[in-house]
Amino acid sequence: MNEDIFQGYKGQALTVLKKFKIKVWSQVEIDTTRGLFKGTILPRSENDDDRHIVLKISTGYNIGINVETIQSIKEFGYKKAKYQIKEREFPYSDEKPNVKLLGTGGTIASRLDYRTGAVIPAFSPGELYGAVPELADICNIKTEKLFAVFSENMGPEEYKALAVAIEKEIEKGIDGIIIGHGTDTLHHTAAALTYMIQNPPIPIILVGSQRSSDRPSSDAALNLMHAAYAAGHSDIAEVLVCMFGPTSDEYGFLHRGTRVRKMHSSYRSTFRTIGDIPLAKVTKSSVEHLKDSYNPRRKDRKVKILPYFNEKVSIVFYYPNMKPDIIDSLVENGYKGIVIAGTGLGHVNKPLYPAIERAVARNVAIYMTVQTLWGYVHMHVYETGRDLLTKGIIPAGNMLPEVAYIKLGWVLGQTDDLEEVKKIMLTPIQDDITLREPYNGYLIYQGGVPEVEEFIRKFRK
Amino acid sequence: MKRDFDPSGNYKLTKNAVGYVPLHQATQADYERVGFKAGLEVHQQLKTEKKLFCNCPARIYNEYDDYDAEIIRHMRPTLSELGEYDGTALMEFKTRKTIIYRIKNETACTYDIDDTPPFPLNKQALEIALEIALLCNLNIVGEVHITRKQYLDGSIPTGFQRTAILGVEGEIQLRNKTVRLIQLSIEEDSCREVSDIGHIRTYQTDRLGIPLIETVTYPDFAHPEEVREGAEYIRFLNRSTGRVRTGIGAGREDVNVSCRGGTRVEIKGVSHNKWIPKITHNEVFRQWSLLRIREILNEKVKDPNAWRIHHKFLNPETFNFTYEPLLFARQNNQKIVVLNLPQFKGILSHFTQPGKIFADELSDRLKVIACLEKPNIIHSEQIEKILPDAQLHRVLDTVKTGSNDAQLIIWGPEDDIPTALETIEERCRMALERVPNESRKSQEDGTTIFERVLPGPDRMYPDTDSEPIALDNDYIDKLKKNLPVGIHKRYDQLRNWEIPEDTYNYILRNNLVPVIERIIEKLGVNPKFAGTLFGHDLKHIQGKNAHSSEWSYERIFELIKFLQQRKIDLALTKVMIPVIFQHPEMDFDSILTEVNFVRTPREKILKKIPQLQKKFKENDTLRDQGAETRWIMGELRKSALGNMSLAELKKSVEHAEKT
Repeated sequence: MNEDIFQGYKGQALTVLKKFKIKVWSQVEIDTTRGLFKGTILPRSENDDDRHIVLKISTGYNIGINVETIQSIKEFGYKKAKYQIKEREFPYSDEKPNVKLLGTGGTIASRLDYRTGAVIPAFSPGELYGAVPELADICNIKTEKLFAVFSENMGPEEYKALAVAIEKEIEKGIDGIIIGHGTDTLHHTAAALTYMIQNPPIPIILVGSQRSSDRPSSDAALNLMHAAYAAGHSDIAEVLVCMFGPTSDEYGFLHRGTRVRKMHSSYRSTFRTIGDIPLAKVTKSSVEHLKDSYNPRRKDRKVKILPYFNEKVSIVFYYPNMKPDIIDSLVENGYKGIVIAGTGLGHVNKPLYPAIERAVARNVAIYMTVQTLWGYVHMHVYETGRDLLTKGIIPAGNMLPEVAYIKLGWVLGQTDDLEEVKKIMLTPIQDDITLREPYNGYLIYQGGVPEVEEFIRKFRK
Repeated sequence: MKRDFDPSGNYKLTKNAVGYVPLHQATQADYERVGFKAGLEVHQQLKTEKKLFCNCPARIYNEYDDYDAEIIRHMRPTLSELGEYDGTALMEFKTRKTIIYRIKNETACTYDIDDTPPFPLNKQALEIALEIALLCNLNIVGEVHITRKQYLDGSIPTGFQRTAILGVEGEIQLRNKTVRLIQLSIEEDSCREVSDIGHIRTYQTDRLGIPLIETVTYPDFAHPEEVREGAEYIRFLNRSTGRVRTGIGAGREDVNVSCRGGTRVEIKGVSHNKWIPKITHNEVFRQWSLLRIREILNEKVKDPNAWRIHHKFLNPETFNFTYEPLLFARQNNQKIVVLNLPQFKGILSHFTQPGKIFADELSDRLKVIACLEKPNIIHSEQIEKILPDAQLHRVLDTVKTGSNDAQLIIWGPEDDIPTALETIEERCRMALERVPNESRKSQEDGTTIFERVLPGPDRMYPDTDSEPIALDNDYIDKLKKNLPVGIHKRYDQLRNWEIPEDTYNYILRNNLVPVIERIIEKLGVNPKFAGTLFGHDLKHIQGKNAHSSEWSYERIFELIKFLQQRKIDLALTKVMIPVIFQHPEMDFDSILTEVNFVRTPREKILKKIPQLQKKFKENDTLRDQGAETRWIMGELRKSALGNMSLAELKKSVEHAEKT
């Protein structure tokens, strides 16, 4: 076997290891100008410098030794770590619903990758059961790893592969689907699957974790339990995102795939339904509906898969003083669709007008959304808006910018006929455009206000 | 069946059999007999403006009920870097605790509640910690690696403490021996516990994240007093930098103790060094007692692996319990269980610590692991009666199988009973095998209670959120140049100045040698006067008066300088310091007025002596010679103070008395 015995070491550090004939996992005594150090040589993260060697000392801590201070290294043993997640046979039972977990690269339980310092997910049912035994009380789980990519690397090919895999599972009679996914682009994938899988008879639940599963306080296990309950038991047969409601370990929300957005870079309760309320609250043993209208679970296995996507679509986040060359360069590079996240009610500045005209003349579909995220595009209110309408920009209602991007890519993947594109774009699918905005669809309360503080103190976040 | 067993007598008998002697009677020979061995883990908060991994202010404490929000978390064990689950981790998971964190916006941010990754490590804290590491003669690492140390008790919301080693293998020089140091680490402080009842534990997050160092010694201490000396030494050393926090909880010690054949037991949270001797003394005898228990059991139980408890659920209707906890259990549909422990007769009431018996070891674990609040057991060797004899025996006899057995009654919510039974069987079986590895909490009476299974190196995990920090030679060399003088050298200095030894503790505890040194060297003050001014007078004043937050020892230096410039005798400091202590912002001239100082020429004071002599003789002729001097001194003291040396005045009075 061709094993890398200097895992992650390079440059000076590698030279020193070779000089003293020392490999990773060697137990050593290192004599340095700073004194004697004793421990086991660990692999080094590839992105770290080449001036240090990492040592695990007997108390379990890691330290780094500067190679320039090393006078000699003596090897007295070898102890390779065997990293294995405890595996236990998953106890299947006929009484419980069957759920399929499709893996894309998110972490539920995990192990450490020394090369990158990142964590590698545990995934087989046995591993999952070893890490989260409560799952067996909820449903029967089978798993399949479709890909292992970070969330930011998920794209059209992965969306399509997921849609096809889900179709197969539905045909085989599964009761619910869980998709493990990194959280960064979880809402993009959720939107894509909503469009690509039309009228599913079962719940399709996307889930991830905000705080990595290698920490005791991770939200991963509880999110997974919530997702398992929603997939196996809930009556909502839609593509949903299942993540923490509050930051506390209390309950999760089921969000529609077309109205959900990641709103905080690290909070557990980062996913919020924008411009509406979540469909339901979910715990390890219950689903409490918050909205009455949804697609109910069905016994049939009918599902329509539309796995299409045109990658020549872009999203432009408008800023003051944006120059027309931004739009021009997209058109010159063959882009067929542009979603603009405009200011306020859906505006851009005048200098952009000629570029927009040029784009429309070359049959580029341009849709307007709002960078305020909440609220509708209203292009009739101000002159700027009316101008833009005349130039051929199409307002996309209260569709979220990312959702509009995914939808436009999906529509352009099916047809070039801009009238047809417009018809599909503006026909609401799973509330991607809502006809009304409920009063409680926009709730960003400010801390410091006495009654808000009282609310927070009384009802935990 | 015979009912003649006397638990109280058994306690005394076993206490003698173990050879327990009280602390004040114990000699080095006693500690050698039991193989006393101890080490220290000294925690010290660093004086930084901000917390270690975020920008919250360090060290503002809130009242426990003063909070803006609460957050709930549960802790789940994860694998260590080497692929092991830690023993403690699994135990804590068994306890299924709901952890509630109380957050006050001024003292905690989203990092504290683990909703934001760490910010770069506080450089100010790193520098202070490195200074101390250098003072401890440790080998400084080349690169600091932040490690996660798992804590599933909830004391840190992430479930781990971010910590990093700065140096390994150092030593400190005590009076009679050198003590080796294993390591020094920098870490974030944990939450303060508000309460822990049943399955809910509540913490407040104000202390969380304050920079802390932990100095760990080898188990080189062979006597409880030596442990205390080591703790004092490390505390003084930390304080000698002038850059660590003082006050309640700013320095805390964990003490590791073992006896020969015993095991390392960690006693946590000893917040006063004066408690150390008694706690370590009691612990070594607790372990010694557990070994004796093992010996007794090993003679009776042939196959420890086959040893089992037997239990029965009681039908509460059959017994007319009047004992409050059992009534409560019955009213709340809890389960009442009676257990038989084969061959444990005489063990439950066996001495373990002063006032404690083996049954307490079971009760402590039931509270921590099975979440059964105390009182949580009744047993067959109860020293104080709880149930009427007849009733107790009627209950116990339902499971009793042999005359050498012992029995327990436990009660609690149905869900907790399986864990409770497991816990009892586990602890009893350990009694057959070894002294369990555990961490224990110190109590004010010098005894300890079970806190958790002692965690091992398996709970360490690299922090993937933080980058390693290189410590280059230039940086370390720069720090080395500005180090304070070592504590053993400070001791030498004090001795050379002939400052009385009873002042050392106060002087070193408050890091006063530098200011005393300046008073002696720059102001030319007599060292003994300077030393006792701090170590006796100031200590006395401090004990009686609360000081203002503006107070600084530096004011004493300024005061002496002021008095010298005004040519006022330094004895006046004794009346001025109490005022300065309470009003440090007051200028010295005003203080002179405040203490009613009137400038009087020396001659004028001395002139009063003959008059006073006369007056004394008129009123009282029967007293001894010294009485006259004492009385005259008393009359003149006030006006003389500051105007002339009292020693000189006394000489003149004595001289006058003789003539």
